[in-house]
Amino acid sequence: MTTAQATAAPTQRAAASSPRRRWHLSEQAQTILLLLPSIIALAIFIYVFIGTTFWVSLSNWRTLKPDLTLRQPLFATYGDMFSMVRWQADLRNTLVFTVFFIGFALTLGLTLAILLDRELFAHSFFRNIFLFPYALSFVVTGVVWRWIFNPETGINLFFEVLGINGLLHQAGLGPLRPGWLTDPTIVAQVNSVLAYAWPAAAGWQMKWGIPLAMVPVAIAATWQLSGFVMALYVGGMATISDEVREAARIDGATEFQVYTKVIIPILRPVTISVFVILLHVSLKIFDLVYTMSGVGPGFATDVPSIFVFEMMFKATRYNLGSAAAIVMLLLVALVIVPYLVSNLREES
Amino acid sequence: MTAQNHPKGKARRRVRVGSIFVWIIMALMAIAFLMPVYVMVANGLKDAPNVSLSTMWNPPPQVTSQNGFVGAWQRLSPNMINSLIMVIPATILSSLIGAINGYLFAKWKFPGSDLIFTLLLFGFFIPYQSILLPLVRFLQVIGAYGSIWGLVLVHVIYGIPITTLIFRNYFAGVPTELLDAARVDGAGLITTFTRVMLPLSIPAFVVVGIFQFTNIWNDFLFGITVVPNPSTQPVTIALNNLSGTFSVDWNVVMAGAVIAALPTAIIYILLGRFFVRGILAGSVKG
Amino acid sequence: MWLKRFAISFSIVLVLALALSGCAAPAAAPAAATEAAAATEAAAAAAPAAGGELEVFSWWTSGGEAAALQSLFDAFSAKYPGVKIINATVAGGGGSAARGVLQTRLAGGDAPDTWQVHPGFELLGQYVEPSYVAPLTSIYESEGWKDVVPSALLDLMTKDGEIYQVTVGVHRGNGLWYNKKLLTANGIEVGPTMSVDEFFAAADKLKAAGVTPLCVGDSGIWATSQLFENTLLGVIGPEKYKGLWDGSVRLDDPDVKKAMETYGKMLDYQNEDHSALSWDQAVKKLMEGGCAFSSMGDWAYGEFVNAKQKDNEDFGWVSHPGTAGSFMIVADGFVLGQGAPDVENTTNWLKVLGSKEGQEAFNPLKGSICARTDCDRTKFGVYHNWSMDSFAKDALVPSVVHGSAAPADFQQALNDAVTSFVVDRNVDAFANGLVAAAQSSGFGK
Repeated sequence: MTTAQATAAPTQRAAASSPRRRWHLSEQAQTILLLLPSIIALAIFIYVFIGTTFWVSLSNWRTLKPDLTLRQPLFATYGDMFSMVRWQADLRNTLVFTVFFIGFALTLGLTLAILLDRELFAHSFFRNIFLFPYALSFVVTGVVWRWIFNPETGINLFFEVLGINGLLHQAGLGPLRPGWLTDPTIVAQVNSVLAYAWPAAAGWQMKWGIPLAMVPVAIAATWQLSGFVMALYVGGMATISDEVREAARIDGATEFQVYTKVIIPILRPVTISVFVILLHVSLKIFDLVYTMSGVGPGFATDVPSIFVFEMMFKATRYNLGSAAAIVMLLLVALVIVPYLVSNLREES
Repeated sequence: MTAQNHPKGKARRRVRVGSIFVWIIMALMAIAFLMPVYVMVANGLKDAPNVSLSTMWNPPPQVTSQNGFVGAWQRLSPNMINSLIMVIPATILSSLIGAINGYLFAKWKFPGSDLIFTLLLFGFFIPYQSILLPLVRFLQVIGAYGSIWGLVLVHVIYGIPITTLIFRNYFAGVPTELLDAARVDGAGLITTFTRVMLPLSIPAFVVVGIFQFTNIWNDFLFGITVVPNPSTQPVTIALNNLSGTFSVDWNVVMAGAVIAALPTAIIYILLGRFFVRGILAGSVKG
Repeated sequence: MWLKRFAISFSIVLVLALALSGCAAPAAAPAAATEAAAATEAAAAAAPAAGGELEVFSWWTSGGEAAALQSLFDAFSAKYPGVKIINATVAGGGGSAARGVLQTRLAGGDAPDTWQVHPGFELLGQYVEPSYVAPLTSIYESEGWKDVVPSALLDLMTKDGEIYQVTVGVHRGNGLWYNKKLLTANGIEVGPTMSVDEFFAAADKLKAAGVTPLCVGDSGIWATSQLFENTLLGVIGPEKYKGLWDGSVRLDDPDVKKAMETYGKMLDYQNEDHSALSWDQAVKKLMEGGCAFSSMGDWAYGEFVNAKQKDNEDFGWVSHPGTAGSFMIVADGFVLGQGAPDVENTTNWLKVLGSKEGQEAFNPLKGSICARTDCDRTKFGVYHNWSMDSFAKDALVPSVVHGSAAPADFQQALNDAVTSFVVDRNVDAFANGLVAAAQSSGFGK
């Protein structure tokens, strides 16, 4: 596009007479004028609002009555927040959720895309089934999966039915009945390891580790979005020509190696896009957790977005809620801004 | 087996053995994916006394007129209407604005337009919690708080970045020769848009329309913040309220989940092709 | 061309939407007024002088509550027939959604005429302080209510000598309900009071017999916070309990810590699936014999009634262990909004609420007792008469979990601290957290 326009423009300018030149400027003015409403609207609704939220996070507003005077020392609210056990748990949970969610969704999405790539019988029917959950609301997903993970009657029943518990019983082990969302256990606790660097860590109330209750939430989110990942990979694979595959086969690669050594590396840009998008979804996740498990036992499934919501609208601690929102924004920006900047560079 | 038409050109015998295995795996995955849908539909069809966690996997013993769908429809239809009233104008408006913006950003670049576009696009990625408080205050000041129209306004504005992106990418693929031809004919900026670009952009409109419809219909955060009164809320919030009240009728909740999901599901089933294109258009850059 | 196509499809969908709204069941027609609807109605109703409107904002939307609210409307309409009542309700457990709507309306200067409030901090801190409500002392004097409302309750509604709320119904928060048949089968008898030791003795006996002693449904975390505050009341007594909220007693006082340990011990006897159940599901479990005891306010009584269980046959009640002699107030009342559009109608409404007839109509349907001490006892059943006795002679204390004893931010901090404690049982962290929260909230020393 750029080259075509570049060649077109000089031709036109060459043919320009004075009226033409004025016409040209006016077009730029027209462009900006037409874009102005969107630009102004978004300038207000995004940047001014973010600024306002940032101001509130620095203010004294912590009751129903708005109080926009600045709190001294200036970032005290942020300090309070980071020393709250609940906020620390939120950060831990976000990290754990992100790792599990992206891991599951990427793997499953890629696997499904590869399976579909064989173009077997009824493959488009299967593709539609896998993509279907993406059309649903997170609320619907949360309501249903909450039931499915009920420790007494949900998925756990399958462990009985499939005889797994019978086998475990014979081996002298206890039955497999995970608590899922009701399980407050934090596995792989590293507080004692952290204590080598910070001795106080051994006595921390917040346990750094993997909250098991986060796993079912990650599974539900994977169900919802792995079809989306699959669609992206299917789109990407469609652009890989047969010659490439043939060349690999001729070089002696098995089907498996064609995928692992040739196709997946070619799909790296897709993987990067998928990674960025899933990451920004997982940092913002709200509806799914809110409807599926709430904050969870001992804050095992609490996430920053729920923290913001409760602090602002239940506890009326507007400055604290705003501080959390700003931190959420910063985390997202950390991921998105490099991505956007690199795209911007690509354009120019 | 259509092996001889198989674009991958495999030997027929190898395809058979490996493929059956692969097919079985796909089928098992499909069953796993459909399991929650089964839970929703089966439990939604039950009567109140028959539905409980302990029988959640059983199909309904009989389907009477007291089933969950009847109750859910009664409770949720006003909210479904709220959702419709919200989604349709918001989708149409944000698509139109996105089309104009995308056209301008793609074909009428000016110094700094890429930067401005990137700043605009950032708005799609921000967590909406970071603008919630000022947004509520702003809506109160202009009198749109608590009404569906406030929600429409919100969705239109926050939909601009992504619709602009999709249209921009789409229009970037339109050959500039067409524009130049129109120019030579004396068409200005706007006339080129209406006479040349718009007619070409129907596929993009369908894709953006579906994308926006799905996202706005499924929204929860804006709905619960901008419209806190249950009778004016969209159906996603109403569904959450339904499952949060005490003495809840679970058959109604499950049926409600199905009903709330229907419009987007129908669009998906009928226009799935464009749905996929929407995903590809909005996500994979260049 | 495409414009035409879009216009056509848009109109089709719009027509469909309108047709659907016609087909929707009449029951679905929202009883709650939106801001826009209220505005147009107010404009239209400007004409009739003797009528006017009354906008009543509450979260009473389910079964018994809605019926009780309606009885008040009926009593009001009987006396003041020309007034149009706008029933502005916002559904959602315990007012969690409603409070958000109310907050925003008040901040935006669009106050309803009157709204539902809990006495204590919720009233005084959230509404009186920012001057969102008007004083009602003159009504109390003209109606003679000061003689019939207990002074402890009046204190919760008074600031600087002015009274700001009319309480219509009172629930008792410190109740312990039990499955009588299950206890008898295990050889346990519950007397008129129960001490903490007696509770643990019974609980041990039940545990040995393989029965879950205590049912808790804390998917709504307030239910276990309430278990804590009841236990706290039982261990430190009403005087010290009240002292916590004016700062004279610290939340890391040795007695308070003892109460925390007792609470922790109680949690050892609770059902394993507590975090998956809501409070009413826990009560249902009790009715089904899944456990023996459940500590809950007397809104649980309605669950037993609905399940057709018989007082003192199928189920029984007693004060939460150690709290005999105390009455934990969980009350509902209404206020007069400052700058309310219809002051006269609202004043009349409040008079109806505070009247003997109004309260006698409302409370039997709501499942609570009158805020007045002179209501007709024959209109109430066995349990409520027991509760009324308690209200008349016991020490009345405010509940923190229901917004009376401390501000909203402390409430949230308490819920958060309890969330952690239920899992880690760290008494020191619990106590320190609460002390810090009390200080930051402004009432702790």
